[in-house]
Amino acid sequence: MKKILSASYIAVLLLLLYAPILIIVVFSFTEAKVLGNWTGFSLKLYASIFQNGVHHSLSNALWNTLIIGVIAAFSSMILGTLAAIGIFNLRPRARKAVQFVNSIPILNPDIITAISLFLLFVILGISQGYTTVILAHISFCTPYVVLSVYPRLQRMNENLYEAALDLGATPFYALRKVVLPELKPGMISGFILAFTLSVDDFVVTLFTIGNEGLETLSTYIYADARRGGLTPELRPLSTIIFVTVLVLLLIINRRAAHKRIRNEN
Amino acid sequence: MAKSLFSFLERRKNWSVPYILFLVFFVVFPLILIVVFAFSNEDGSFTLAHFRKFFHHPEALHTLIYSIGVALITTLLCLFLGYPAAFFISRMVSSRSRILILLFILPMWINFLIRTLATVALFDFLRIPLGEGSLYFGMVYNFLPFMIYPIYNTLQKTDFNLVEAAQDLGATPRQVFLKVVFPLSVPGILSGIMMVFMPVISTFAIAELLTLNNIKLFGTTLQENIYNGMWNYGAALSLIMLALIALTSLMNGKGNAKAAEEGGLL
Repeated sequence: MKKILSASYIAVLLLLLYAPILIIVVFSFTEAKVLGNWTGFSLKLYASIFQNGVHHSLSNALWNTLIIGVIAAFSSMILGTLAAIGIFNLRPRARKAVQFVNSIPILNPDIITAISLFLLFVILGISQGYTTVILAHISFCTPYVVLSVYPRLQRMNENLYEAALDLGATPFYALRKVVLPELKPGMISGFILAFTLSVDDFVVTLFTIGNEGLETLSTYIYADARRGGLTPELRPLSTIIFVTVLVLLLIINRRAAHKRIRNEN
Repeated sequence: MAKSLFSFLERRKNWSVPYILFLVFFVVFPLILIVVFAFSNEDGSFTLAHFRKFFHHPEALHTLIYSIGVALITTLLCLFLGYPAAFFISRMVSSRSRILILLFILPMWINFLIRTLATVALFDFLRIPLGEGSLYFGMVYNFLPFMIYPIYNTLQKTDFNLVEAAQDLGATPRQVFLKVVFPLSVPGILSGIMMVFMPVISTFAIAELLTLNNIKLFGTTLQENIYNGMWNYGAALSLIMLALIALTSLMNGKGNAKAAEEGGLL
């Protein structure tokens, strides 16, 4: 009885959580301009996102989002990994101070980050565009990379690096062959997290993107919404993204489960 | 030159230097700029006028108080809805609980603006008028995963032997929950509260879209001021919000660091 109650509670919550998504998915299979109108089954919207030039500005926004995401995530990964190694080797007091500053962008609401960076670029007289968005994204993504790499350093055996040096490795060789392989999982999850944050960001982007016509998916949708509607092609696009992520997560989950079972045997 | 660079890099603590410079330039300095702008006039001279304006200007003050109210109610709703869910999930076999947690996090991969617009469509579909009700639905809908995940995390790490020990010593299920499980999950609750309360005060797009611009939250006020070129007043309002957030995090000392660590939902 208790089990049924708890299961149905979770089912109801999930239903509420997925109701809006279900609406997007269902209405991606109809042509109507307005979300919520059903004008019969059609795959036209799916066809039109794969035909170039139909919605030039939308595909531009999508590309910008992906390019900014990859550059920001990659730079954050490099900067954050170097930083984590450096911070790990700092004296305790200096380490605490850097870790504190590192947590500021995480705890700050994005609108404060956005306004502070907006003021920075205004003061410096940098015209806003690609560069400012990428710099802004690196600034709020890197702290997460540091946080995901740092625990791996703590778990690592310090002597391994020293041993490599004693055996004649140069510091860079030792880094590449000994330290980096240990840090790799943390770096990868840091990269994925940074990419997700960058792609999903709206507020910081809005404040640093300038008015030269550069759009990311978020600012595009926002402008769209203010004009009173959602570009119909966004429905199939969201559906595709959603299904892809769902499948990816299920695969990762299944592989992790297999690994656990293998380890237990 | 190259040689000195090499010996500089050989000391690994120096590897933090690029990032420290980056932090100073892109995190600390911009925050100082907010303070400077908040206390200065357009011509750069010192003034308190912006803060006076804020406290004498009932509209902005009311928006702030209203936003705090919305954030509090949203946080409580998320807590009451999320705690049982996190609790039930933490009690399941691990393969099933993993999938369920994934299912709760998954919607976040769809851009929140699209989800919010879909919520608007859902309310239209059900012929429910947009207003405060839809605002709370949208807020809870957006932030519930941030509450469930940290609570689930702490509950899942709870040592089950403690529960058994309590049962062996004759505690009723109710006592076990109130005296053992709940107290142990407090850190998760605190970080959940941080992760819901603070973002809610500062959101603006959600309220805008879900109430057709009828309800204004503090985030919208901030954005409008900056957009209309009132940078100094906008900076003063940001500073007020920063103070509020510093206060919340101070009251929440430990949960704070935890929230930061568990910020990554992956």
